[in-house]
Amino acid sequence: MNAAASVSAPAAVAKRPKRPRGSRLRAAALALPLVAFIVVTFIAPLGTMLVRSVHAPVVADAMSETVALLGDWDGGSLPAEAVFATAARELLKAREDRVIGQVATRVNRVQAGLRSAVTRTARRLRGLQPESWRAAMIETHAAWGEVDTWRALLLAGERYTGRNYLHALDLKRDAAGDIVAQPSEQRIYMALLARTLAVSLAITLLCLLLGYPVAYFIAHAPPGRANWLLLLVLVPFWTSLLVRTTSWIVLLQSQGVVNDLLVLIGLVNDDERLALIYNLNGTLVAMTHVLLPFMVLPLYSVMRTIPATHMSAAASLGAGFGKAFWRVYWPQTLPGVGAGSLLVFILSIGYYITPALVGGRTGQLISNMIAFHMQQSLNWGLAAALGGILLACVVALYLVYDRLVGVERMKLG
Amino acid sequence: MLTASAGAPVMTSARHLGPGHYAHVVFCVLVFVFLIAPILVVVPLSFNAQPYFTFTEGMLRLDPDAYSLRWYTMVATSDAWLRALANSFLIGGSATALATALGTLAALGLSNPAMPARPLVMGLLISPMVTPVVISAAGMFFFYSTLGLTQTYLGLILAHAALGTPFVVITVTATLTGFDNNLLRAAASLGAGPWRSFRRVQLPIIAPGVASGALFAFATSFDEVVTVLFMGGLEQRTIPREMWAGIREQISPAILAVATLLIIFAVALMVTVEWLRRRSQRERG
Repeated sequence: MNAAASVSAPAAVAKRPKRPRGSRLRAAALALPLVAFIVVTFIAPLGTMLVRSVHAPVVADAMSETVALLGDWDGGSLPAEAVFATAARELLKAREDRVIGQVATRVNRVQAGLRSAVTRTARRLRGLQPESWRAAMIETHAAWGEVDTWRALLLAGERYTGRNYLHALDLKRDAAGDIVAQPSEQRIYMALLARTLAVSLAITLLCLLLGYPVAYFIAHAPPGRANWLLLLVLVPFWTSLLVRTTSWIVLLQSQGVVNDLLVLIGLVNDDERLALIYNLNGTLVAMTHVLLPFMVLPLYSVMRTIPATHMSAAASLGAGFGKAFWRVYWPQTLPGVGAGSLLVFILSIGYYITPALVGGRTGQLISNMIAFHMQQSLNWGLAAALGGILLACVVALYLVYDRLVGVERMKLG
Repeated sequence: MLTASAGAPVMTSARHLGPGHYAHVVFCVLVFVFLIAPILVVVPLSFNAQPYFTFTEGMLRLDPDAYSLRWYTMVATSDAWLRALANSFLIGGSATALATALGTLAALGLSNPAMPARPLVMGLLISPMVTPVVISAAGMFFFYSTLGLTQTYLGLILAHAALGTPFVVITVTATLTGFDNNLLRAAASLGAGPWRSFRRVQLPIIAPGVASGALFAFATSFDEVVTVLFMGGLEQRTIPREMWAGIREQISPAILAVATLLIIFAVALMVTVEWLRRRSQRERG
């Protein structure tokens, strides 16, 4: 070991610049403010989201003693009177502390229908001094007389839980604690994830299909014309996403420009206007439009470096255009194809705005479900778990991109 | 089938090329129409005298009465739109200043060959650009609310600055790859300290890259709606946020007037960035 280290050390020293430490420190010091800024404003939020996807402290905090007592419970029959008394006390306390609504929501997510058991009991028990808390609680709500309710309370009391991820994967734990599939009518998230991946793949292929010939055209046009054509690709790139989405609504809605035109030339009857938007079609068309520049630009920058003489040489050796293209040109553009396709795919699996505005019901993607749980159902734990799954997909693709293309070679405009 | 004659540059001359070439040209023209036409179509419609989203008969006959500036007047006199404009510039301007300062510094460090853990740092700094905004916005909502920063300008400025920094890092790093470090050594040998040689020698040369990065960061903030949706209050509504509301609720042609103004703004930004890019390319030879 020592011998090897002493052999290689001088060589390494010789390679380094003269003042390595000072230089390294200065470079690191320059980057440090932004690294710190990104860690605080961006990485910490992502971390918070991931923590929230597994961290559910509401019941564990508000009903800590009940949950502890239930830990020793056999689970076969109703808990002892002491558990009822503790639960009643902690429910009343939770109501005083104004967290009873959160406790009810949390318990209700474990077992639907228990919300009113929690809130009503906490309301009605106030001021009572009954002989038996068990009898009093069962009287306010019959659910307390069932073993499943207490099991749900115990599960809701887990401070760290995989429930959100199970839910996001269309799984759940049954009464016995085994992981089973959700009933088929409640399996929505995996189908949505599959649709998101399929739609992203379709958009990537559409962009490649439309973008490749265009990039070729621009790359091999005379320089002056190429600059103008590039501007045509860049205009959509710079135009506000909301403007472009508005444009597609104006064009494609049932009273829109395209339908008017089709009616005018008699291809479509006035009362049978085509549903071109507010469905999957709207998402596909608008997103292809939005993401096409991200395909054309990397392709163009690769194609520009391929000398025209390569194709000429192939032709002079007797290859027709098809063969010369396939054997000589296409392989050289593969880095651009890979870079553009990965970029478009990464951007599309996380897309939110365009599907939300023009996707209707059938054109929604996984991001829209995250936004729904963030803003409407307020099931933030589930939103965070779905976000965690989507983030894992994006990070995996980002690493592939970094390996194949190199993040450092990412260019703009 | 498209054939290229030996010796002639491929695709530069149509004379010796077959129908395949014309098919290719027609295809490309159609794709360009697909790219541009949807953006252009809102421009004439924003002058519609009627509250419709399609061309009226009068407009098609080029009847002057069918056109009007009523939607522009409506926007220019609307408190909501004017406040949104002010908010967009306040948030965008502050976020851009922050992102440009931090991003340029970091790019200077990253361009130094001595920079430790360079690929890792670069990957970290670029990550806000590729992370889906819904995820970033959800995380920011959770984290910033614990700091009391939701529904504040500061919260949105920090969020938009974070989303904008990758663009500054990328453009300035790209500009610095062409920078001749001997110039700094020359400045140092003439007695300039590090700050002075940066200020007087390096910054003027990389200025176009810095300016492009700043414009990219500004455009990012100016077009960003998801963090505003998740974190902003009524006070902090920006232009995209108003457009979002307008599209989701009853859309009025006033949106088309705003869209037209935004298109003009986008073209101005784009032309500026292209001009800067070509200038810095020319300077580097």
